[in-house]
Amino acid sequence: MKQVLPKADTERAIDSVFAAARGRMPGAGLVPQIRARAFEVYERTGLPHRGMEDWKYTDLRALIGEVLPLAPRPNAEALVRAKVSAEQVSADQAVKLVLVDGVFAPELSDLGRLENEVVVRSLREVLENSATEAIAGLVLSTTNDSAISLNAAMATDGLVITVADGNAVKRPIQIVHVATGLSVSTFTRSYLQLGKGAHAAIVESFVPAEGASGYQANDAIIALVGDEASLSHIRVAADASDAVNISSAIIAVGARAKLDLFSMTCSGSISRYQGFITLAGEGTKLSANGVNLIRDKLRADTTIVVDHAGPHCTSREKFRAVVDDCGRSVFQGRIVVRPAARKTDATLTTRALLLSDQAEADNKPELKILADDVTCGHGATSGALDDTLVFYLRARGLSEKDAQMLLIKAFFGESIEEITSEKLRDFVTAQAEHWLQAGR
Amino acid sequence: MALLEIRDLRVGVEDREVIRGLDLNVNAGEVHAIMGPNGSGKSTLSHVIAGKPGYEITGGQILFRGENLLRMEPNERAAKGVFLAFQYPIEIPGVTTMNFLRAALNAQRKARDQQEFSTPEFLKRVRDVADSLNIPQDMLKRGVNVGFSGGEKKRNEILQMALFEPSLCILDEIDSGLDIDALRIVASGINALRSPKRAMIVITHYRRLLDHIEPEIVHVMSKGRVMKSGGKELALELEACGYAQFEDAA
Repeated sequence: MKQVLPKADTERAIDSVFAAARGRMPGAGLVPQIRARAFEVYERTGLPHRGMEDWKYTDLRALIGEVLPLAPRPNAEALVRAKVSAEQVSADQAVKLVLVDGVFAPELSDLGRLENEVVVRSLREVLENSATEAIAGLVLSTTNDSAISLNAAMATDGLVITVADGNAVKRPIQIVHVATGLSVSTFTRSYLQLGKGAHAAIVESFVPAEGASGYQANDAIIALVGDEASLSHIRVAADASDAVNISSAIIAVGARAKLDLFSMTCSGSISRYQGFITLAGEGTKLSANGVNLIRDKLRADTTIVVDHAGPHCTSREKFRAVVDDCGRSVFQGRIVVRPAARKTDATLTTRALLLSDQAEADNKPELKILADDVTCGHGATSGALDDTLVFYLRARGLSEKDAQMLLIKAFFGESIEEITSEKLRDFVTAQAEHWLQAGR
Repeated sequence: MALLEIRDLRVGVEDREVIRGLDLNVNAGEVHAIMGPNGSGKSTLSHVIAGKPGYEITGGQILFRGENLLRMEPNERAAKGVFLAFQYPIEIPGVTTMNFLRAALNAQRKARDQQEFSTPEFLKRVRDVADSLNIPQDMLKRGVNVGFSGGEKKRNEILQMALFEPSLCILDEIDSGLDIDALRIVASGINALRSPKRAMIVITHYRRLLDHIEPEIVHVMSKGRVMKSGGKELALELEACGYAQFEDAA
């Protein structure tokens, strides 16, 4: 008989958070039913825990001491603080869309600079005013992951971005998530639809406002990338060092399309980024990369599942972690090759650089191949800085510290350099170097 | 004052004494060759002069222009003008040769209170030196030594030597892994850097290298000491009689 685990106190608390928050959830028509169903799905398993294979290194049931009440709508004072933080992380030339404490803040956003090729609405507006069952189902879609179900049930706001067939959006669109509160939770969800042959770059930044502390952010982005479309999605999480961030991306990609994904986590007490990418069509190219930069007692988990469902697709994954002090990095990369995915070409490498004896990195690459005639490979390494490299640089005039810094930059640079846009590469590099400078 | 003065140097590695009372004086303008069999301590000597960690100095001293070299960090030694061309140059993925050269050169100049080079000035210097060593420009854009052949790696060492303009160059088996054409290019690069202000220590197993780089003084090292010093004819004698006579003497 299957044993049913008793619920933890924290999860009972979530039940009451859901009940209390109901009044704040946008959604007319069928939306409340969809939310209730999502919550039921969540309730069946509760918070992800180590008994679930995909969450074995990040046991939220054990790690999250308490489930926090939903953040209130930001007041004027909170918006002022949020504005400062949002401006600090602005990517060059990007059109900013700012979510403060889980609520879209048009007054902090650059709606006026949006190009005609793109339509942006808030999730709240879509769910309140024009949510047919199909749209609501899509926008609030879930997987069997309970963190995503919880997100669907609780999402207060987010952005719905549509780019019609053949349209190319030149400037990156940057979604900035700013937390201003103390010991509150936020649930945001965004939806992106890229038509056939469309091009766009989406940047997501997570930052705290001054004074924000101990918050929990749960975000999800659902993206549909059309045939022959091209999407870059760059994510940088730099939350407060006592905050929790659970972010999920569910991306379905059509045929002959191109998807460049990059995620960097450089702060946050407990961070989990999970990407579920389905290559549904034929001949699509995926480049999925990421960096975890961890120090103190922080922990970051990046989990990427690439599902090769269509034939002749290529996926390349390059992941790097730099871990100092008592930090802990987790990288899980699963590649699934379905029977129809002939001529799949998939590789994954993950490397961790451990800068202290207490630092820990768990690398778990995994291949599940159900088709013939495929090329798949993976590699995982972890180790300290190479003393011979450090000495070579010192013998050429660099101080020990500068030599180490140069080597660490080169190490995370191997993943960052996969970002195709030079501006966005510089944007990410600057933040990675800022992390490095801050700890040395 | 000698440029480099080593007195009764004793060095241990993991409880084993590998340099056992070594004396050596090198003056500016001189090229010294150090020859000796495997395990005689030649490479250890070069590492200790450059400041590689992992060696225990149990006695003696090394003075560079009268200053105690052993008290200095490896980067301070580089800034003072000590350069070691590595026997096995290291690959550094992710750091382009160009960025590496600029970081190293500017770190040395900063340590000497000199102004950093401007970008155009730096690029011109690197290009000129690279051309003289037949190093193609695209090699400079790649990761340091990544995917370089043995010959290219050694040329890259000489490129650095030319760019940093050190006053003491230690060439640790610069000839190893080189075919005759590569050896000629490397040797002519080294010869072009001979100057009355600069000294060189050429470490090698083989006389062949000394046909291309003619030393003023040849030392034979065995069992951690200099057993014999002489003119370049000593190299010929070694070739005829081998190292065995010195090993016995030790």
